Formats: sequence, structure tokens, C-alpha cells
Amino acid sequence: MKIEVLSRIPQLVIYGIISGSIITLGAIGLSLTYGILNFANFAHGDIMALGAFLGLISLALLRSLGIPQTPFGPLSFGPPMILAILMAMIFTGGVAIFIDRILYRQMRRTARITLLIASVGVAFGLRNIIQFIWGPLPQYYFKGIQLARKVPLIGVKIKPDQIFIIGFAALLVAILHLFLQKTKTGKAMRAASDNMELARVSGINTEKVILWTWAIGTALAAGAGILAGIENKFITPSLGWEMLLPIFAAVILGGIGSPYGAMVGGMIIGLSEEISTAFISTAYKPGVAFVIMIAVLLIKPRGLFGVK
Amino acid sequence: MAILEAKKIRAGYGEMEILHGVFVKVNEGEIVSIIGPNGAGKSTLLKTILGLLKPLEGRVILDAEDITGLDPDRIVRKGICYVPQTDNIFPSLTVEENLEMGAFIRKDDYKNRMKEIYRIFPELKERRKGRAGKLSGGQRQMVAIGRALMLEPKILLLDEPSASLAPKLVQLIFEKILQINRSGVAILMVEQNTREALNLAHRAYVLAMGRNRFHDTGEALLKNEEVGRLYLGG
Repeated sequence: MKIEVLSRIPQLVIYGIISGSIITLGAIGLSLTYGILNFANFAHGDIMALGAFLGLISLALLRSLGIPQTPFGPLSFGPPMILAILMAMIFTGGVAIFIDRILYRQMRRTARITLLIASVGVAFGLRNIIQFIWGPLPQYYFKGIQLARKVPLIGVKIKPDQIFIIGFAALLVAILHLFLQKTKTGKAMRAASDNMELARVSGINTEKVILWTWAIGTALAAGAGILAGIENKFITPSLGWEMLLPIFAAVILGGIGSPYGAMVGGMIIGLSEEISTAFISTAYKPGVAFVIMIAVLLIKPRGLFGVK
Repeated sequence: MAILEAKKIRAGYGEMEILHGVFVKVNEGEIVSIIGPNGAGKSTLLKTILGLLKPLEGRVILDAEDITGLDPDRIVRKGICYVPQTDNIFPSLTVEENLEMGAFIRKDDYKNRMKEIYRIFPELKERRKGRAGKLSGGQRQMVAIGRALMLEPKILLLDEPSASLAPKLVQLIFEKILQINRSGVAILMVEQNTREALNLAHRAYVLAMGRNRFHDTGEALLKNEEVGRLYLGG
């Protein structure tokens, strides 16, 4: 193997961690809703896109309130961007709860395949609403390009914005971990994901657990959508739909219903996709996630941490 | 005095009626067993009492209060706890978290209750930080019963607590059930280990084809020739 191929790998690992952070956030949400509601939510990608566009609205809102957009240290955006992410996460959670109330709740007892198809409908609906409002052209959170800086010693390049992406994703994951392990609601979510019926006969209000699951899962998806927008420099209505395959691959690899599996799965998919470009054409990147997904389904269908 | 009474229960799944007018009564402090062949409707009866199934007809009375048709989470609050036959633990949660989930609706401090449960099942205390899914069959059953006891129920419904356990463990679980009963909890249990179940029970009901066939004290049913021939294997 050629030396120059191998020498590219450290840099690709960095790219892998960045895209893995984003995939992980998306995958956790999908895995949580899959675990508790028992269906593959095909609208999850478009929820990410919705989050990205709600981030755009939030940013405009903050701008109209006259909050200065001066960049924060070496980042290419200011504190309003961070605030906008949080606002978009909350708004997206609210939209998801609304969709649940008007649609999925009515179908709670129907077959999972019906719910899956309904979610495909929601996916198309959301994407078209976004496209109707903002049009198909790319939208930007901020202008300008940022140069990557060399990290001393290891010789890889990374942009301050990318450090923010990794750090922010890690922070959200850490908060989620504390929530799931330490709070009563978090434990009830894990319990309901393990065994919905037993949760009910233990007196747990499972409808409330479902609402929390939607809110948290889709808020994380919104975070993922905005971080993807920061990394790509632009957002389009199809941004989430395009990421759905690696996200599903991450969920299946980690084990459906396991948020911790989704974290590991997200990282593995992100790293594999990026590192593969050292050996095969970049055009095959989505294929890598697909191959991993098929391989897991054949060899270990429960995934790495799956209980179901 | 009757703590729980199910009267003329007709119930089933969808169009399929399984119970055709069954009755059962549990007095305060009693262990009552329900035995009978597969498909007799024993588990269906427990599910109907707990509100997981809505009866087509009949009443469920707890402590002189009509609880027919309430949702399970409401019924649990009123003091009936239930241990399903299978899938009766949260496998990815620790033993302690399983017990916490049992106490989910308690607003008060339940630390003492947890200690009592560890006193009944000392093995669980040693493994309280371990995942429940990693435990042996007998220990899982202990977690399941422990979870159901966290609310200090008036009555505990057990669906085949000895199912798929080794004979030695069956004995142990039955001893624990007796111990729990002596602490003041009435017990209504469905069992396939008929002899042991009749030995343990103060009273028992024999169901067949969704109807009551016999009911008497456990002792009397053990001596009953017809019951012996039909349900105890001669």
C-alpha cells in the first residue's frame, strides 16, 4: 500500500469524527423513537431538515431583535447561532409532539408497517412545506469561509467551527446520558423502551414517556441538522433525507432502541465513510454505510448493543 | 372479608371470548391459586382484573370499590400489582432501577421498602448494580416480584411464577411467596405446578374452558378424586 494513502488517514479520521458526531445525534433520536414507538420513523431525516430551517428562522428572529452577530472568538458565528440552535431544538420538539397528537397517536394500536408508511407521508409533507417556504436553493446561516488550522504535533487540519461541532455534539450526548441515567423520566424512557407493557402495569404514564421521547429525539435531530448546515456551509430542504441512510445504518449497527448503541454506531459509520475515501472513490461514500448496514443485518441482526 | 372479587367475568381478545362468566374471590391475607389446563383462561382472568383487557360483562371489586374497566395504571394505584409470566423485567435496567420503576408512582421515600425487598431476596442486593437481563431465571423472577412489591400492594397477581424454573428454584420461589403473604399481602396466582400450588394455597379455583369447575380449600382439592384424575395426573 502506498505511503501517501496511509498518511491521509489521520486527517480522514478527523473528518470521520466530525461527520460521526452529526450522524450520532441523528441516530440517537431515531433509535429512541424506534425503541419506544416501535416503528422506523422515515420522517426523521426531514425532521433534521426542519430543525435546520427553524434554526434559520431563529437566527433571523434574533437578528431582528438587534442582537449583534459578531463572531465568537475564532468561530465564524456569534452567540446568537448557539441560541438559535437551542431555540430550533425546542421548536422542533414542539412540532414533533404536534404531529404525534394529530397523527401517530390515533394510530398507536395499528401495525408498525402502517406507522412506517405514515411516517413516509410525514417525510414528504415536511420536505415540501420547507421547500414551499424557502425554495429549493441553498440557504446560509452566515457568510464567509473559514480556513482550517494545523493542529501542532499530529499535523492534521481542522477548522474552529468543526471543533465546535464535535464539542457541541459531545455536550448534547453527555446531557442525554445524564438524563437517561439519573432522572426518573429518563429511567422510565429506558424502561418503556425495554418493555412497554410492563412499564404500563408498573403505573408509568407511557403517553407522557412517548411525548418526552418525541421531544428529545427530534430536538437532537434538529441539533444534527443545524450542525450539518454549519459543516456544509448551507442547508437545503433535502439535507436530512440525504443523511437518512447513514443514520439508519448507525441505528442498526448499534442495535435498534439503544441510544448508546446509536452513539457507537454513528461514530463507526462516520469514520468508515471518511476513511473509505482513501481507498475508493468518494462517490461510493453512501455505499459504505449501506454495505455496513447489510452486513450487520446478515451477521448480527440485533446490532452491537441491541436487546430487541 | 373479601379484598378482591371478580364476578361473572366474560372477556377475551377481540371477537374471541375466552372467559364465559368466571368468578373468583380473594379474602384478606389469603393465597388463592387458579389452576387448570392450558387455554382455560387463567392468564386472561388476571389480565382482566388488572385492566389490561376490558371485560365484556362482569364486575371487578377491590375493597368494596368497583374498578371494572379502569386502565391498568389506575388499578395499580388502587393497590393491585401484577407480575406477568414472561417479559416481566426491564432487562437493560439494573436490578435497583427495576425496583425504582416499580415505585414509579410513589411520591414518598421508598428506600425502606427497597431494603425490605432486599431482605426477602438477599441475592438481589448483591447484584443491585448489575443489569437485570444478565441474571439467571430464578433471579429474574425475584426482580419481577420485587418490582411488583414496591408499591406495597394490597394484593399481588402472579402469572405462573414458577414457569420454566428448575425444581429447586420452584420450591424457593414458593417459599418466598409464602413469606410475602405472611407480611400481609394477599396473593392470587395462576400456576401450572398444580400440586405445589394447591399445597401453598389457602383456597383454589379450577378453571376449564373459560368456566369455573371447582373451588375449595387447597387441601380439599388435593384430595378430590375428580380433580386429581383430571388435573393432577392421577
